[in-house]
Amino acid sequence: MTVNIRIPRTVWDLPREDYFVGGHNLCAGCTAGTIVRNLLKVAGPNTIVVNATGCLEVSTSLFPFTSWKVPWIHIAFENAAAVASGVEAAIKVLKEKGKIDPNKKINIIAIGGDGGTFDIGLQALSGMLERGHNVLYVVYDNEAYMNTGIQRSGATPYKAWTTTTPVGTIMRGEWRDKKDIIGIALAHKVPYIATANPAFLLDMDKKFAKALQIDGPSLIHVLMACTTGWRFDPKLGIKISKLAVETAVWVNLEYNYGKLEVTTPVPKRKHVREYLKLQGRYSHLTEEEINDIQERINRKVEEINRAVGKEVIGPLA
Amino acid sequence: MKSRESLPSWYELPIGGISRPNITPESKAGWRFEKPVIDNEKCIRCRLCFLYCPDAAIVESDEKYTTKTGKTYNVSYKINYYFCKGCGICAEECPVKAITMVPEV
Ligand SMILES: Cc1ncc(C[n+]2csc(CCOP(=O)(O)OP(=O)(O)O)c2C)c(N)n1
Ligand code: SF4
Ligand code: SF4
Ligand code: SF4
Ligand SMILES: [Mg+2]
Repeated sequence: MTVNIRIPRTVWDLPREDYFVGGHNLCAGCTAGTIVRNLLKVAGPNTIVVNATGCLEVSTSLFPFTSWKVPWIHIAFENAAAVASGVEAAIKVLKEKGKIDPNKKINIIAIGGDGGTFDIGLQALSGMLERGHNVLYVVYDNEAYMNTGIQRSGATPYKAWTTTTPVGTIMRGEWRDKKDIIGIALAHKVPYIATANPAFLLDMDKKFAKALQIDGPSLIHVLMACTTGWRFDPKLGIKISKLAVETAVWVNLEYNYGKLEVTTPVPKRKHVREYLKLQGRYSHLTEEEINDIQERINRKVEEINRAVGKEVIGPLA
Repeated sequence: MKSRESLPSWYELPIGGISRPNITPESKAGWRFEKPVIDNEKCIRCRLCFLYCPDAAIVESDEKYTTKTGKTYNVSYKINYYFCKGCGICAEECPVKAITMVPEV
């Protein structure tokens, strides 16, 4: 059976069927559930998922239950990309030997958290991208090591509170900038790299489909609002994700063979305060600190507009 | 919740801890303190709640529905209260506010 991946044009192009089912133990309102349900709606049944440990993995595979209706393997923290590479190589050989129909399209997807990708799994990811495996790597970024109790990671943003970047008179949360994982992936010259956000469902799902259509490695970096670690009301996960784009804290973009496009242009930006004020991890910020964050975003927006060659992200409203 | 006695012993477990696929996990109804209720008269069948729900707790079906004003829809949405954790995302994101969160008693 060959199931070709189609790029959804409207939300009605997505199947009703779920391959990631309810009953898992992710927190109420955890947007990881939204992201992965949509990912598997796009990918369909001919898919193998390789999952680094983290919230998603431990919450969906409590023995003897599983939330995954596709073949799924739990591996260590650091080697999702390496195991996915091995799965891809094995399938190639089985096809060459005629044990699997060579025309059968099998999607291989590695999923890791930000800790498992930006930090501990970076070497394995680099190897996978460098060797050119036909694997889609999805990093769901909740900006800390959530599963073990909200420790900072290389993806934790400037000034955010975590249990290892506490807030007091001397420390004011994270003092380093978020690591540029897209820049790192770009340096590997792979065919498809994108950022996505579950509030912009169709944009995210189109990107999943594009990455799966492409023959070669791809990376999709998805913002994952975390009710427990970011300290917000569980109903606000999608609203906060939307605000991340409206304030340009997060930019939805893609690099198709190196060509940059911003897929969600923002004609008029909201002040970053709108995004920060809904989250307890930023509740310590003074007016001065908020302005400092706004300045950093302004500089980032300038950089992106320069790279695209036109104003895709507008001024503050 | 399964009782401790009914869990398999170590020698009964499959090698490598392979779970049988597609076992329906346990209900999450006990996690809720509010439950979403859909008003079928107001709902414009945009599909957003169905796609946003992190817990696959909104069921889409081909059931027809005709509103009091005479509009017929070929699709219907129902909450699956076995899986719904009451997070409120569906109610928050519904563009026509057709979902209300009602306290559990
Ligand atoms: C080598 C190793 N070190 C530490 C751990 C413990 N551990 C399990 S999950 C986790 C955090 C995962 O963070 P992230 O990848 O960001 O995923 P999240 O839990 O935030 O979804 C840690 C530290 C481990 N399993 N293996
Ligand atoms: S801690 Fe955050 S990422 Fe983990 S299950 Fe809860 S909401 Fe999801
Ligand atoms: S309250 Fe949350 S879990 Fe329940 S149906 Fe709505 S989105 Fe799904
Ligand atoms: S989000 Fe609202 S209008 Fe859209 S399908 Fe759900 S209940 Fe209906
Ligand atoms: Mg994380």
